[in-house]
Amino acid sequence: MTFVAKPRTHHPLLQVNDLGLTRRDYEGSVSTLCAGCGHDSVSAAVVQACAELALPPHKFAKVSGIGCSSKTPSYFLGNSHGFNSVHGRMPSVATGANLANRELYCIGVSGDGDSASIGIGQFAHIVRRRINMLYLVDNNGTYGLTKGQFSATNDRGSTSKKGVPNLYEPIDMISMALQIGASFVARSFSGDKRQLVPLIKAGLLHEGFAFIDVISPCVAFNNHNGSTKSYDYIRAHSGSVVDADLIAPHDEITVDYDPGASEDVDMPDGSTLRLRKLAHDYNPHDRVAALHYVQRAQEEGEFVTGLLYVDPTASDCHEILGTTQTPLNALGEDELCPGNAALEGVNASFR
Amino acid sequence: MTTYNDFVIRFANVNGSGSASANGMFAKALFRMGIPVATRNIFPSNIEGLPTWFEVRVSERGYLGRREGIDIMVAMNAETFEEDIASIVPGGYLVYDNSKELRPNFRRDDINLVGIPISQLVLPEFPNPKHRALFKNIVYLGALSALLNIDFDIIKGMVSAQFKGKDELIAPNIHAMELGRSYAREYLECPLPIQVRHSDAVGDRIMIDGNAAAAIGAIYGGATVCAWYPITPSTSLAEAFEQHCARLRVDPETGERRYAIIQAEDELAAMGIVIGAGWNGARSFTATSGPGVSLMTEFLGLAYFAEIPAVLWDIQRAGPSTGMPTRTQQGDLVSSAFASHGDTRHPLMFPSTPRECFEFGADALDLADRLQTPIIVMSDLELGMNDNLSEPFTWDDSRRYDRGKVLTEEDLDDVERFSRYLDVDGDGVGYRTLPGTHAEKGAFFTRGTSRDEHATYTEQPEHYIKNMDRLLLKWATARQLVPKAEIEAHGRRAGILYYGTTAAPMQEALDRLAEDGVQLDTMRIRGFPFGNEVREFIDSHEILFLAEQNRDAQMKSLLVNDLELDPASIIPVLYYGGFSISADTIHQQVLDYYVGNNLPRLDEVWEVSS
Repeated sequence: MTFVAKPRTHHPLLQVNDLGLTRRDYEGSVSTLCAGCGHDSVSAAVVQACAELALPPHKFAKVSGIGCSSKTPSYFLGNSHGFNSVHGRMPSVATGANLANRELYCIGVSGDGDSASIGIGQFAHIVRRRINMLYLVDNNGTYGLTKGQFSATNDRGSTSKKGVPNLYEPIDMISMALQIGASFVARSFSGDKRQLVPLIKAGLLHEGFAFIDVISPCVAFNNHNGSTKSYDYIRAHSGSVVDADLIAPHDEITVDYDPGASEDVDMPDGSTLRLRKLAHDYNPHDRVAALHYVQRAQEEGEFVTGLLYVDPTASDCHEILGTTQTPLNALGEDELCPGNAALEGVNASFR
Repeated sequence: MTTYNDFVIRFANVNGSGSASANGMFAKALFRMGIPVATRNIFPSNIEGLPTWFEVRVSERGYLGRREGIDIMVAMNAETFEEDIASIVPGGYLVYDNSKELRPNFRRDDINLVGIPISQLVLPEFPNPKHRALFKNIVYLGALSALLNIDFDIIKGMVSAQFKGKDELIAPNIHAMELGRSYAREYLECPLPIQVRHSDAVGDRIMIDGNAAAAIGAIYGGATVCAWYPITPSTSLAEAFEQHCARLRVDPETGERRYAIIQAEDELAAMGIVIGAGWNGARSFTATSGPGVSLMTEFLGLAYFAEIPAVLWDIQRAGPSTGMPTRTQQGDLVSSAFASHGDTRHPLMFPSTPRECFEFGADALDLADRLQTPIIVMSDLELGMNDNLSEPFTWDDSRRYDRGKVLTEEDLDDVERFSRYLDVDGDGVGYRTLPGTHAEKGAFFTRGTSRDEHATYTEQPEHYIKNMDRLLLKWATARQLVPKAEIEAHGRRAGILYYGTTAAPMQEALDRLAEDGVQLDTMRIRGFPFGNEVREFIDSHEILFLAEQNRDAQMKSLLVNDLELDPASIIPVLYYGGFSISADTIHQQVLDYYVGNNLPRLDEVWEVSS
């Protein structure tokens, strides 16, 4: 396998954002995943979301673990640093990266093997710590790189390509995230860019831990008739409860929705997050009800998608720790070293 | 004959009985009288009920390592009474509660009994049984003050300081102390022939444990991120970092903290956080012990290959599980030096004193940034958790942190092509960039192994080999940068190598050996990989001993491997029983070698040469 840089020629009609950049400026290298892989759609959605938000393409820290999904940070935001770390341990690396520089946008990409099996402990604890980041799971229910073993998110009874059923209960990462403190929880489908791109935008701007579980079918091992994570199955068995639109600060809000069915949330950068409730009885600010709703649907074999829970007032890890606004990695001797005079006091306290 | 300021006293207590503060006050009182002391807390993995011992070495001459034989035993634990009595040297003293008569089978004719009816003394004075148990410790402290002639004003002042803020406890504590003191003065021969007196041997030294010293060093060295998971004996390092940061690292105007501490879910996460922070340019460290090093191993390898600065304090202890692991050892050298899969090696630092823990606390951060690799500081329970005498700490205010080769935005403007892993300077260390530095240049994808010098993905063998060979060059650079060995050489035929806390009893062992006609040059190793001075010392000595506290002579393995030595050229002097190595062990094993091999000793050498 070799690394292929994309040619940097732009189509003259490509849209230019507020920074004078086009979508191409947010791309990475050419993907080495299988043709038709859902993960590539997720990467493309990240590219589109960042370009539309006009975020500086070098102000990201991209972190991942190991697996097909964890390769994808190579394929977007090529002007930002990425870190392909250790299997299941992306959350700790992301925690350290975010502690060191709170000003960067932090995107973590993981998979269901990476986050729901080997890394489930780290996943749980990064949710608890409320690191300000966007945590994407490309969830395909299978181990792609090691050739098709079941992952922990695979539904019981869903079969392998050879027809062997999975015997164990699935782990639902949405429910976990809801239960232990994520302040932004969404589920989407790699095949539904219209829904996914606004969710990624909102997740990036959300100040706190934003988790998006993206069902992203594996065309090589888990896209057959017996699978509950195939393109066909997901299309037939998923429905959105709350769609989100991110409206930029200077854009006029033109379309009026039935007020009972929509709600506007102010975002930290001055934009507006418009929540469109497709299920009228759904309240995206009620954690316990969201948990109930998601689990009830799952019992019935349905995937609930959309922005399932958001708390725009929740604090992030830096607020919890009371750290300085200046990134810790920008502090020098003057701010960090108490100096020899203070040391005399320290010595005296040990006499 | 009366001896002053020269004895070993051991307190045998029940864990959780409140003895620690009384015993600590005892040691601190002698320290404040200007007498050199070293404390050793020998404790079980337990909160309450199991036996615990606290040993204080008192030495005007400054011998602060462990020596065998207890001169005074304060035996307060019925369960260990028999073995405690057995450990007293002939002519020594047993201080015990004689509220009940001593069983005849416990009697020894060759020791002195100092009975104090501690239970009877506290019974009428303190109605609350919980208080009664606590004040028993204070009663023996009071009795000892009379028996050993401790300055009572100093000890009373310590009680007042100890309970500052809980003032209602001061009066009953002093009362309990006076109970013991008056009993001793009235009914016992005071002071004993073994006693203390004011001295100026302490000088301006401080008394501190190595973990606190390391934490303060890390603060001075600019560490901003600390991630850790509780494990004895390293826990107090992270806790000390938090405690001292709260005083030294809070913005006086805004109250904002210039540090972040995460108690992680396990050691894997702790190391992951350190590496994530190091990758993103914050100075970060973790502290753990052997089992934590095992768990961090995968990440340590990643950081070695991805070339990310990280600092790990390994406070070593005995092997796995629970029990002996609360005892000291130098048992993690091999697992730390080569932690991980593939060809990995990590520079190690070996502090011997709290002062050195303070210095390495800062120096390790510089070294990690300079070498872009994990640095492991090998302390141990003996140094980390016990109060040790230490030179006071000093800091050169003109010192700047060595952040290593990090390119700024302006630097990148002048660079045509940024190549993360290109050896520009011939020292094996490339230039790195931090995320978010430059809009167009300097971004790269950090991976373990599969990349060329421009950080572009490749699996080509020639690129892998070139990278691995460059890392060897970096290793050669590390050889120049780790702390140099401390050498005392007088052209003698034989020498002894040691490191870490094996230094504590060394002077005493050397002095005793000299009395037996064995004079040794010495080398205290302070860093791995070994510098030229280590090879020169080894090459210039015919007989070489290496004293360390593990079964497998792990430092010897490192030396033999790193310097390609003949394994037979180094004679191991080993102790691995869970206490710190004693002067007696070193003395005996070296002497045995001389006797067993019929080697000439000093007087005989003189005869031959004259």
